[in-house]
Amino acid sequence: MNYIGDVIKYGDNVDTDVIIPARYLNTSDHNELAKHCMEDLDKTFVTRVKKGDILVGGFNFGCGSSREHAPIAIKASGISCVVAKSFARIFYRNAINIGLPIVECPECVDETNEGDKLEVNLEKGEIINHTSGKKYKTTAFPDFIQEIIRAGGLMQYIKNKKK
Amino acid sequence: MGMTMTQKILAKSSGNMYVTPGMLISAKVDMVLGNDITAPVAIKEFEKIGAEKVFDKEKIALVPDHFTPNKDIKSAEQVKLMREFARKMGIKHFFEIGQMGVEHALLPELGLVTAGDVVIGADSHTCTYGALGAFSTGVGSTDMAAAMVTGEVWLKVPEAIKFNLIGKPGEWVCGKDIILHIIGMIGVDGALYKSMEFTGDGLEFLSMDDRFTIANMAIEAGAKNGIFEVDDETLKYIAEHSSKSYEVFTADSDAEYVQEYTIDISKIRPTVALPHLPENTKPVDELGDIYIDQVVIGSCTNGRIEDMRAAAKVLAGRKVHKNVRCIIIPATQNVWKQCLKEGLFDIFIEAGCAVSTPTCGPCLGGHMGILAEGERAVSTTNRNFVGRMGHVKSEVYLASPAVAAASAVAGKIVSPAVLTD
Repeated sequence: MNYIGDVIKYGDNVDTDVIIPARYLNTSDHNELAKHCMEDLDKTFVTRVKKGDILVGGFNFGCGSSREHAPIAIKASGISCVVAKSFARIFYRNAINIGLPIVECPECVDETNEGDKLEVNLEKGEIINHTSGKKYKTTAFPDFIQEIIRAGGLMQYIKNKKK
Repeated sequence: MGMTMTQKILAKSSGNMYVTPGMLISAKVDMVLGNDITAPVAIKEFEKIGAEKVFDKEKIALVPDHFTPNKDIKSAEQVKLMREFARKMGIKHFFEIGQMGVEHALLPELGLVTAGDVVIGADSHTCTYGALGAFSTGVGSTDMAAAMVTGEVWLKVPEAIKFNLIGKPGEWVCGKDIILHIIGMIGVDGALYKSMEFTGDGLEFLSMDDRFTIANMAIEAGAKNGIFEVDDETLKYIAEHSSKSYEVFTADSDAEYVQEYTIDISKIRPTVALPHLPENTKPVDELGDIYIDQVVIGSCTNGRIEDMRAAAKVLAGRKVHKNVRCIIIPATQNVWKQCLKEGLFDIFIEAGCAVSTPTCGPCLGGHMGILAEGERAVSTTNRNFVGRMGHVKSEVYLASPAVAAASAVAGKIVSPAVLTD
């Protein structure tokens, strides 16, 4: 579980209404949602995001609604991993449950700029900023959550357990 | 060390004698909820792993309330998928148009949630039922799907913040003003991952509708859940609405809280949250002249009968300002019926308001009152994020039903106290 990509960075309290506005929630088609990802915060996001890019945010990333469409839109847009100072709790659950890697690391967020190249290693609990050369330790996931991630999401985890 | 209300409910539902903050548990759920935005995603996940039946046909509630009555073909398809799933699985609590209401007003009213329950819902405002002394929290669609299969949910036991409410609220101050004041005080991540536990002598002056509003917006402070101590008022409400068995959990005297606040609610003035975060609060009388285009009175936050009465009290004998559209949305069919019975609709129509059938509609910028570029609304809903109610350059000010109604009359944001006849 190693992710390397260029950084797209936003501030604090990036809410689910800007990640995917409710006017597009009459569908759950992943590619359709990805077309409008971040639209109300940054209209250029969908045109400049590349597969593997890493999204960096401040405190309380993903606050607001429970819409799973938010992490789905981010994942479907090509983002490989989200690094933030903290996550809103429903977004945190949703990201884990659908298999979008997320990491909390306030220090790394403060010292990372738009366009930097980041490498996130979930197992080691480590982030390397290849642009600045700096290394950071991240909070490791509890074992139970690592099991969900290894299974590829909550539903697969449940299916495996039922066997 | 003792346990909080939340810890006690989670201990019991996970089969533990004792739980501590940070513990990961699997809790049995008493109710699983989904709406027309979140349930379709959950249903697809449910089917993807080949699940054939739900864990309990009576413990799932499906409420199509966001884009209903359906605003377009795509949203009609989403509800159709829910309807067919409910029929196929034999789910008892599917609410068709005509019985449907805004989910968090509907479930308590029908007695489907009660004290001591563990409730999860694929809607962030599921925290509303904490008003009844339940542990209740919002989750995503995949969590909902998993719970429909297993009847359980994984949870991290939250740390707690205690809110000791004292004093009696003044005239024109209701639950909305109290929760906006609290969010202004602690911020939109002030209770992140934590439970907000409400107690204190001031509770006796808060009706159940006030408490539903307060618990409803716990998520706007980032909380996992909000929960109220059960008192006579709660028990009376439960007796009137529910035949389910319930259990009252009280916090131990040595329960641990990471923070404790004592809030004198007699000192809170009618409060408004300015764009674009619920934490940007100010007493309404400090706002100056802010002219508005639209008022919305309704939602899971403030669409209950007391909210309708508060709006009617202000609007009686007055007219909505010529520059303002005032949209009133009673949250459930029962609230509608009660408004009819009490003559509140006569007041609203005479004043020049539009009255709608129950829907979440404008709250999330879905339909029934979308804002154009540069427009400004006062709304009794719960979020004022960028673009929440329409155009990315529109603005939402959050307020109580009384302030919203007074603003509709004045054409600018005012307290009802300053209205002259």
